[in-house]
Amino acid sequence: MNKAEILIIDDEPQIRKLLKIVLESNDYKVVQAATGNEGIHLAANHSPELILLDLGLPDLSGHEVLLELRSWFEKSIIILSVQDSEEDIIKALDNGATDYLNKPFRTGELLARIRSSIRITQDNEIKPVIEAGDIKIDLTSRLVTLNEDVVKLTSTEYNLLILFAKNQGKILTHQFILKNIWGQASQNETQYLRVFIAQLRKKMEKNPNSPKHFITASGVGYRFE
Amino acid sequence: MSLFQSIKYNVKLQYLLGISTIVIISSICFLFVGFIGYHVVALILLLAVSILAMFLDIYPIIIVAILSALIWNFVFIQPQATLSINNPQDALLFLMYFVIAVMNAVFTSKIRKAEGLAQQRKEKENTLQLYNTLLNSLSHELKTPISTIIGAVDTLKINSAKLTEENRKELISEIDLAGSRLHRQVNNLLNMSRLESEFFKLQLDWYDINEIIYSVIENNLPDASAHKIIFGENENFHLYKVDGPLIEQILHNILHNALQYTPPGTEISIKVRPGEKGFEIQIKDDGSGFPPDKVNLVFDKFYRLPNTATGGTGLGLSIAKGFVKAHNGNISLENIPSGGAKFTIFIPAESTSLIKEENE
Repeated sequence: MNKAEILIIDDEPQIRKLLKIVLESNDYKVVQAATGNEGIHLAANHSPELILLDLGLPDLSGHEVLLELRSWFEKSIIILSVQDSEEDIIKALDNGATDYLNKPFRTGELLARIRSSIRITQDNEIKPVIEAGDIKIDLTSRLVTLNEDVVKLTSTEYNLLILFAKNQGKILTHQFILKNIWGQASQNETQYLRVFIAQLRKKMEKNPNSPKHFITASGVGYRFE
Repeated sequence: MSLFQSIKYNVKLQYLLGISTIVIISSICFLFVGFIGYHVVALILLLAVSILAMFLDIYPIIIVAILSALIWNFVFIQPQATLSINNPQDALLFLMYFVIAVMNAVFTSKIRKAEGLAQQRKEKENTLQLYNTLLNSLSHELKTPISTIIGAVDTLKINSAKLTEENRKELISEIDLAGSRLHRQVNNLLNMSRLESEFFKLQLDWYDINEIIYSVIENNLPDASAHKIIFGENENFHLYKVDGPLIEQILHNILHNALQYTPPGTEISIKVRPGEKGFEIQIKDDGSGFPPDKVNLVFDKFYRLPNTATGGTGLGLSIAKGFVKAHNGNISLENIPSGGAKFTIFIPAESTSLIKEENE
């Protein structure tokens, strides 16, 4: 069913080869670029379904490539990075990256992120009902159910859930969430966010201590699955 | 201390201090010269020069020595207010004073210089020793997983036909383990160099400590199949302003250490005690504890208990300590009388008592 095309932009031939084998054996088509300029060029010619972008490239910085791509490329971009500094990752996410993976990564994790990132762009038309596993959100009636049972949410909890649900699979940075829910002035008030995430988990996770819906990206933000 | 520091590095201040001390002491002696006699004054001035020699550099102390000799001659030796000396006894005394004062100054200064050099040499030796320990430990700990990977891959490539399916699976899982081990070692090294770099800065934000602990436990579950981890979560919801990923690393390193070095079946319990000015975390196991004389050493860089299994660089706990210190916190280890070890961490941090909004 797949055959979606994925563009790999990474200067390390070993990593490209590994990714190519992994992706092709999972029915993706693969295009490869070793430099930022080549990557931008290939992205324009092939319009792939998803781009895997390494942040450390020889010619342009990964951030520059990301900015250039984002001026016209609308599908998902997943950052592959060896620098696990949160600042760098937040910068990439703020510049439009969909998700990130730190090297070394497990291929199972990579494939899961690719699947959910491709899903984001495939169903970007607004649907009246959003589903995520056992959670169902009816936007028209503002009704949230968990395994068919109605979940009572406060209005802030509901708004937060909707923001997550509309960006299912995408990492949202703390700043992005705060700005959207509490406004520009609250960008650094992460304590609100922590409280409401804890409440949502308590109400909607089977085991709030091992969350499967509201996933923490340590030091960066959250992802809703 | 700061006065000593500034004297040490400021030569002008040294001249000022030396000259003013001599002038003040001479003035005081001048008042009492009638009672004590000018020979005693010479001894007092010599004493002053000797004491000053402990603090001043070579040139200031020579100037001070010469000055004191001249003052003694000018003010105290008959005829006063001239540099001339009438009787040969005084002339001899003045000459001896002059020589003793200058020699005193020069020798003290030389001894201090030699001490400084010896100190430097010792520091260099220590650094060299640390560097050697690092190289030995590193080359062993990095080369072991690399050898495993290369060896296992070779076997898979060359002897592929002779291998049973089970052997093949075992080799692959060895490669997997070796890769994770290499990853951990490199992370430890990176964390250590990060900690020691001058650019190291905490990224403070609000974190739920319970959430951090649950995530640490979950990340360690693959290694914990033979152990039992118990976390008595604190019911209250507390947020603290800390560097979350660092706190996670601290707890990870301690938990990983406990899982690695306690026998199967050991119970590891984690407790949080939240307070207004910070929180305390206890990680306790009922294993065999640490050798009592080694308890103080485990946080030292590259220190590993004798006869422990391979697989570590002796960096994990020292990184944990470094990250705790970066938060101005405290970490300690003690053996529990009933058996096992207990790590106690206190992290001072701003807390918030935000109560959950039930309804808006």
